[in-house]
Amino acid sequence: MKDSICSVFGAHHRHCDDLLNATENLVHRGNWPGAETSLRAFVGAMLHHLDAEESILFPAVEARTGQVWGPTRIMRMEHQQMCALFENMRQDIEARDRQHYLGLSETLLTLLQQHNLKEEQVLYPLADRALTGEISGLLQRVRANIAPEP
Amino acid sequence: MPLENSGPQRRPGLARPAVVSFEQAPPISVPMRFFLAAPLFGVAAALVVLFEGTGIWISRWSAGTLALTHLMTLGFLAMVMVGSLMQILPVVAGAPIRHVLIVSGTVHALLGLGTLALVDGFLFRHVRMLRLALMLLAAAFIVFVGAAADSLVRARNATITVRGMRYSIAALTVTVCLGLLLGGARAWQLRLAVPRITALHLVWGLMGWVGLLVVSVGFQVVPMFQTTPPYPRNLAAWLPGLTFATLSLWSLARWIGTGSVPARDVLAALASLLGLGFALFAVTTLALQRRRRREMPDVTVRFWRIGMASLLGSVLIGWTALWNPGAVPPPVELSWGILVIFGFGASVISGMLYKIVPFLVWLHLQASAGGRGKLPNMKEIIPDRRAGIQLDLHVAALLLLTGAPWLPGLLTYPGAAALGLSNLLLWANLFSAYRLYGKNLAGRCG
Repeated sequence: MKDSICSVFGAHHRHCDDLLNATENLVHRGNWPGAETSLRAFVGAMLHHLDAEESILFPAVEARTGQVWGPTRIMRMEHQQMCALFENMRQDIEARDRQHYLGLSETLLTLLQQHNLKEEQVLYPLADRALTGEISGLLQRVRANIAPEP
Repeated sequence: MPLENSGPQRRPGLARPAVVSFEQAPPISVPMRFFLAAPLFGVAAALVVLFEGTGIWISRWSAGTLALTHLMTLGFLAMVMVGSLMQILPVVAGAPIRHVLIVSGTVHALLGLGTLALVDGFLFRHVRMLRLALMLLAAAFIVFVGAAADSLVRARNATITVRGMRYSIAALTVTVCLGLLLGGARAWQLRLAVPRITALHLVWGLMGWVGLLVVSVGFQVVPMFQTTPPYPRNLAAWLPGLTFATLSLWSLARWIGTGSVPARDVLAALASLLGLGFALFAVTTLALQRRRRREMPDVTVRFWRIGMASLLGSVLIGWTALWNPGAVPPPVELSWGILVIFGFGASVISGMLYKIVPFLVWLHLQASAGGRGKLPNMKEIIPDRRAGIQLDLHVAALLLLTGAPWLPGLLTYPGAAALGLSNLLLWANLFSAYRLYGKNLAGRCG
């Protein structure tokens, strides 16, 4: 199947989800050093993803649709909410606060999933339709950003 | 021509992409008014069982059973499903409900009052109340179906979920029309084929409106929120459409059915096929849940497990009844109804509420706090322990009530008590979450 914004960004969502769940499982088991490393990998992957969207994908969609105040604005806002949670989770791991971390990771997971739902159901398909012709070039730039770390 | 003044940056000649917006996510009061009303109807259902006593299980046609059924289907299931659709249509379809404040307020009031009037009409044989109920409910569903259809038609990207929702809303329309006919027959002494219409009414309601919505939303949300692998592509792509088609064929056969042996076999075969689709969904969901990636126990996963087990149980009972000659004894019919409505519908819906409500409260707190201050997280908004106790009460109610038609003297009253307590605690859990939102707001403003 030909690569599309849906498939590339969607697959990277799954990759990030896996890292988040792995971190939670480590905290659940009380493996703090493992959790610390795992959280770092998760946040790293997420920041690359958010950056690829905010600096490459969203501007392209906004330019083509003229909708600067449309769905991309809400997406950027939710990105900020995620980043605030990343920081709180890092503090919880540092403080070895299992209970609070698990509450935060439940919250982040839900925030992420409903965010992914909006992107995968509405925004990415819209981008795939709106950006025909530019997609392969755009995805090349994106890949440099969100290629899963070795 | 219109392209020329539609913004400098867009290239001419390209169709304008659909304007999508997540912006109009409705105020939290829109879904919450539905969610908070639903458990109260559950409590009312428990009271009906308490007051009717063991006599409620004499037949599925008794006034008490009709009241109980509609308190659960209209008051609980439809109430939450309508509220959730108002919330998630902007998300999955990118097309929010227009005039959502007016629509939600109107539908909420009409559906709630209509259900109460209907139950009064059933229990006390008040013909005038019955007539009033029919008008209120007809109005409620005209407004709701109109608003939802408008949004679903505007959805540009017809995903599996969007298509499934269209089927489900179509099935709701059929259910409501048949229900109005049946109510009309009672209220105006019309001569109609009541048993036949009732069969269609309940199958379109339970398997069409409830079943198709759960299946098509489940394909999307189970992998995401319960961290399971995705459903097999073909199952997700074909099941809703095939179910809808089978449902239509079955209805046609049921309507023109002559009662001859071959006609009965065609009918039983179509109904079995319908069951097979739902059994496939239930088995797949249970198998996927075993491979979920989180090790933390999750109350939503547990509610869905109970829902899927009940769905499977109801299909097995259905198959046995279909291929067994002779009349189906009333306790079998009643247990089947309890498994589908309460075991499948109410479990799945309660499970979803425990994700939706804490998240909505968190999200709206975020928005109003603007990132300042320390806000409670989802597990502080509804603690696991309290959700877990409610789940246990729900399971107790399900087991007791499913057995009650067989052992009425022993199980009816404990079943009613468990049903009432479970719904009271559900209400308390949801209300305390909502109140937390109000408190935090007040704290910030004051």
